[in-house]
Amino acid sequence: MSAYLVLQGGPVLEGIPLGAPGTTTGEIVFNTGMTGYQEILSDPSYAGQIVLFTYPLIGNYGINADDFESDRVQAQGLVVQEACTVPSNWRTSQTLHQFLLEKGITAIQGIDTRSLAKRIREAGVTMAAITHGPPEDALRALQQAAAYDDSDFVLSVTTKAPYAWGYAGKEPIESDASGYRAKIVVLDFGLKHNILRRFAALGIRSVVLPATSSAEEVLAWNPDGVLLSPGPGDPARLGFAVETVRELLGKRPLFGICLGNQLLCHALGGQTYKLRFGHRGSNHPVKDLIDQTVTITSQNHGYAVHADSLAGTGAEITQLNLNDETVEGIRSTAYQASSIQYHPEAAPGPWDSRKYFVQFLEQISKN
Amino acid sequence: MKRILVIGSGPIVIGQAAEFDYAGTQACKSLREEGYEVVLINSNPATIMTDEETADAVYIEPLTPEFCERVIAREKVDALLPTLGGQTGLNLASLLADRGILDKYGVQLLGTPLSAIRKAEDREEFRALMREIKEPVPESWIVESNDDLKALLDHAPYPCIVRPAYTLGGTGGGIANSPEELWEIGQRGLKLSMRSQLMIERSLLGWKEVEYEVMRDRAGNCITICNMENFDPMGVHTGDSIVVAPSQTLSDFEYHMLRTASLKIIRALGIEGGCNVQLAVNPDSFDYYVIEVNPRVSRSSALASKATGYPIARVSAKIAVGRTLDEIENQVTKTTKACFEPALDYCVVKIPRWPFDKFTTGDRTLFTQMKATGEVMAIDRSFESALLKAIRGLEVQSKDLRHPKFSAQSEEELKTSVRQPTDERLWAIAEALRRRWPIAEISRLCRVDKWFLVKMQNLIEAEQALGQPDHEGTEQNVARALQLGFTPSQIRALAPESPRLEAALSNRSSRPVHKMVDTCAGEFESKTPYYYATLGRDSDDVLIELNEGEGASQAVIQTQIELGVSSEAR
Repeated sequence: MSAYLVLQGGPVLEGIPLGAPGTTTGEIVFNTGMTGYQEILSDPSYAGQIVLFTYPLIGNYGINADDFESDRVQAQGLVVQEACTVPSNWRTSQTLHQFLLEKGITAIQGIDTRSLAKRIREAGVTMAAITHGPPEDALRALQQAAAYDDSDFVLSVTTKAPYAWGYAGKEPIESDASGYRAKIVVLDFGLKHNILRRFAALGIRSVVLPATSSAEEVLAWNPDGVLLSPGPGDPARLGFAVETVRELLGKRPLFGICLGNQLLCHALGGQTYKLRFGHRGSNHPVKDLIDQTVTITSQNHGYAVHADSLAGTGAEITQLNLNDETVEGIRSTAYQASSIQYHPEAAPGPWDSRKYFVQFLEQISKN
Repeated sequence: MKRILVIGSGPIVIGQAAEFDYAGTQACKSLREEGYEVVLINSNPATIMTDEETADAVYIEPLTPEFCERVIAREKVDALLPTLGGQTGLNLASLLADRGILDKYGVQLLGTPLSAIRKAEDREEFRALMREIKEPVPESWIVESNDDLKALLDHAPYPCIVRPAYTLGGTGGGIANSPEELWEIGQRGLKLSMRSQLMIERSLLGWKEVEYEVMRDRAGNCITICNMENFDPMGVHTGDSIVVAPSQTLSDFEYHMLRTASLKIIRALGIEGGCNVQLAVNPDSFDYYVIEVNPRVSRSSALASKATGYPIARVSAKIAVGRTLDEIENQVTKTTKACFEPALDYCVVKIPRWPFDKFTTGDRTLFTQMKATGEVMAIDRSFESALLKAIRGLEVQSKDLRHPKFSAQSEEELKTSVRQPTDERLWAIAEALRRRWPIAEISRLCRVDKWFLVKMQNLIEAEQALGQPDHEGTEQNVARALQLGFTPSQIRALAPESPRLEAALSNRSSRPVHKMVDTCAGEFESKTPYYYATLGRDSDDVLIELNEGEGASQAVIQTQIELGVSSEAR
């Protein structure tokens, strides 16, 4: 039995079925991380996308109960060279295939992922379809699929109702809020759990609000600071969120991560643009221009801040990617707002940038 | 600073081989690129680094402080780089410093400060530092009386190792699995020890052994070049272990927990350059212990360097003269910086090469003292095919997983062969799989992770399927065997002759393609990568620049030989 992967305007590749039968579509992107497939599949920033791993052996340590970054699988599909059938790790509870099957995710293996990643690198990201049926199914689905760039994903991944996250993890908003060093509001555009875990580890209680919350609703919680979360899609389509951020400027210290960085950029008057094939992996070097240190970062973004667009906005560039010199961090001292483009919460990826959570804590503790 | 003395690796001995020639040669070239004049001293003329074009002046002299001093005086050397010649270079630099020779001639020591090296190499200083930065080292106790011993019985970690002090060859020691055993072995040991002293240490036998190759520059920037997982668990020297890169059975959380620990250690030590951190990891929990740190370019660095394409020695040399990682170019891509972590999109398998075919009466048992004299490294897109490539590259009697010695063994004999680490245990394990011993039973005996055993089982099943008389499934079996990395000649040796077999082997999809080792998993275009053969959809473009065409193609061929891909093999 075969499965097929079809790229828009590109080749039809034959592989072996993996996960749930069916047909799926999405923007195909590649990730160069050698570990972290479980975190990546459950990261809401991958909504609308089919993830291809360049590391050929995926599923080696199986799926465990702890390493999810949200409550469900967010990626549309998965492309691997080889999915491990007998994983080995003390926490393993399922194989990758069993997990995908249970969650209804259609995937494909037996694909030369290096060859395909190179194609994406050269031609840019594109829409793709995977099918466990005849290749015509994939073609048809591809014709009917809405383009990634024209879709809104934030509204489908954000929380429907507010909730809190404290020392004990996710909890009802009315649970005991005493015993914390600070409390913040997290605007959920596609949040990863590890951001909340990092805050809790520092003694910060988070109140998580839906993406559509107004500045007034945010301020009603009287937070010490506000986190603008990561999330999927084009920031330029999120006018309502940019408006909220603009109204919050100067009212509370702000910290943005990934999409949050791009929203802050827009709120300050800057622009963003789409990268040809994005940055997705666990090995990107970023230089902090303030303290001159270089850290290896976990990245997952398809859009970036336009450096020149920040001129005259009062915002300054604080961090740069050493590979391609794209903007990795900005700040506005006047508004006590700062943000970074990559993932200091890791999961997956290096833990080197945890200091930015501490910096945010220091900033909100000062006020 | 103008003239730099580089200390070479000296003679090739067991435990310290040609990898330091490789590292030293890279370092000399790297320093000359930076505009320095390089003076080299090495006692071994049979090395690449002593070729005339490697350094500005080459001295083939004994590696002693006396000869070094004469070279320093004669060449008016300004600085000394000792961290690339293995332990020989470090020891010599230490002596030169202690005897005041460096001060006398105003020679600056480059790279990691000697104090940091001592901190890493002195057992007690190292343990104290680890306690200070809260990194776990295996607990140990000194016991000097029966009362001491009694007090320890309740809280000693079991199993633990009992080593009587000052006995010949460690007689009277052993492994205690319970308080009763500890009491018995301990009492006996106290009597046997000339000073009535025992050292008791947590036993890590059977834990996973994982290594991280890390780098740090003077500005404090730290990166990981590569991590590696040993096929053989703790108890076998890593130089005698089959090793894979990257690690296969660590989750992302575990990978980064250990990476974070390794970077914390290189920072605390203040290393400037490359460093190797060895860790023991509990296969059933998040527990781990720091076992050892090599504060210099080591055998593992040479492996990590070739496994990833990241020139560790070259970059270490530049760091030693004060450059920082974010200034140094990534030599492979030429478009990115040396300050990044290589992403592999393949699996690397290293198998040590032991000299037991020459020393036929040698004891083949492997333990914590290294016996290998060389190693082969193979690269492919799956563990199975990388393992088969490596076996072919070994140039030993067996070209695949079959070995007549073990097929002739009784069940009881084979059990011992699987349990006892030797240079041939891989084939003993293969034979056990062939006899369909349960994976859990084999894993219990040899403590090799089930992940590796299942992959080996795939190879054995393919081998057995090929051995069937010709039938309709032949074509599929051949395709599967090729995919797993068997070569056409190996398949012909395993399968009965038939037209179907020949048809399957002449299929176009059985032709290998060539893919790059480019440090970045294809994310960036690369200018000077090297290649490995694999089955796949297409080859990476072979980049050979016209003006240096011949040199470049030679480099490609040379690399393939190093990787164990001979023309016979494919």
